[in-house]
Amino acid sequence: MGPESVAASPTSDAVPGLPEYAPRPFLLQDRRQETSDTVTLTLVPADGGTVPSFRPGQFNMVYAFGVGEVAISISGDPTRDGPLVHTIRAVGKVSTALTRLRPGDVVGIRGPYGQGWPIDAAEGKDVVVVAGGLGLAPLRPVLYELIGHRSRYGRVEIVFGARSPADLLYYSEVQEWRRRTDLRLQVTVDSADRSWYGDVGVVTQRLPDTRFDASRAVAFVCGPEIMMRFVAQALEARGLAEDAVWLSMERNMKCAIAQCGHCQYGPLFICREGPVLSYRRLKPLLAWKEL
Amino acid sequence: MTNGEKPVIRLTSATHPFLEGFDAEFLAAASEGAEALELPPEAMVFHSGERARHLYLMLEGKVALEIEAPDHPRITIQTIGPREVLGWSWLVPPYTWPVDARVLKPTRVIALDAGVLERHLEAHPDVGYRFLRRLIPVIAKRLDEARIQLVDIHGT
Repeated sequence: MGPESVAASPTSDAVPGLPEYAPRPFLLQDRRQETSDTVTLTLVPADGGTVPSFRPGQFNMVYAFGVGEVAISISGDPTRDGPLVHTIRAVGKVSTALTRLRPGDVVGIRGPYGQGWPIDAAEGKDVVVVAGGLGLAPLRPVLYELIGHRSRYGRVEIVFGARSPADLLYYSEVQEWRRRTDLRLQVTVDSADRSWYGDVGVVTQRLPDTRFDASRAVAFVCGPEIMMRFVAQALEARGLAEDAVWLSMERNMKCAIAQCGHCQYGPLFICREGPVLSYRRLKPLLAWKEL
Repeated sequence: MTNGEKPVIRLTSATHPFLEGFDAEFLAAASEGAEALELPPEAMVFHSGERARHLYLMLEGKVALEIEAPDHPRITIQTIGPREVLGWSWLVPPYTWPVDARVLKPTRVIALDAGVLERHLEAHPDVGYRFLRRLIPVIAKRLDEARIQLVDIHGT
């Protein structure tokens, strides 16, 4: 069964005593301010149990009690047992409430849900990772996987773009990755003041500098939809096949189990068939302005 | 940018991707007045408002294009790196640089004399056509990138 045809259901084992889709209480262990409006939350099960395993690119429904529930990608390390990690930007009522939580507070978690990045299909190939802004959060597990099992993959090229230097996520970790000799990471911002000595320009400007064998490469792209469209076009122009380019779509996930229809995107339910989908499937939909 | 006698430059097709495919006559002409510059961080390649007299072929390093306006902080709008080309304002009225170009990392660049280029290209329209066919995609790419910046793709 292909990665795009699996039915939606949480990949974790159901918790005894709880209905399958009931939120499970998680305790906020640590809160890290990434940028002015974005935090990374480290969570552990309040019942003392284990954190469900996940595949890079999957998401959880995170419940701010009394406020609401929102879909958030998992941004922790899938190669290690450890706490659950979510990076959240304050955008709406629920996400703002989540960014205001303090250690010791409790949230509800259900998941993980959805189809992640097809990491297995990348083995033996060159891997191009392109992230824009908060799009690095769902791609960070991919980077952990690539670095954790580096010999399984060919050349690794990463391009990370943000609006400004102040909007760069995981700054110290990004600097560590830049120092590695077994991958190449380019960071660029859309504009900057004179204190920034890095690249300035949109992410597509950095793509001609990436080196990969288009006949045996895959690309994982996440960011604002318009950025993904430009990047996918640029990668296609570099010779990558449509089904070698994978995008993570963001839609208004509510139930996460393909019942409510809020995340419907043409014929797709993003919570079930996505959020990660091939450019081959998405290309006609991205060109459809009414969607 | 340099003091004393200029070293003689002999451009070849391999000197820079922009020169690939040009004939020996053009390369010999473009070599006249060409300068190899080594610029330290913070050096200015050119200043906004100055007469544009060169086409720069980037070999190494990084140059920031900056804009400053009254009541606005100075911002970097783009950085230019190796294998890229900088500066076509000598072809476009009013023939002045519209931005500042500041060196961010030690930079090696070849500065082609715009007057020499113009004279050769005017005298050899077929080469002039090929030259513009080579330059226009660079300008179009910058325009595309500026459009994407304008959309503010990370701002939402």
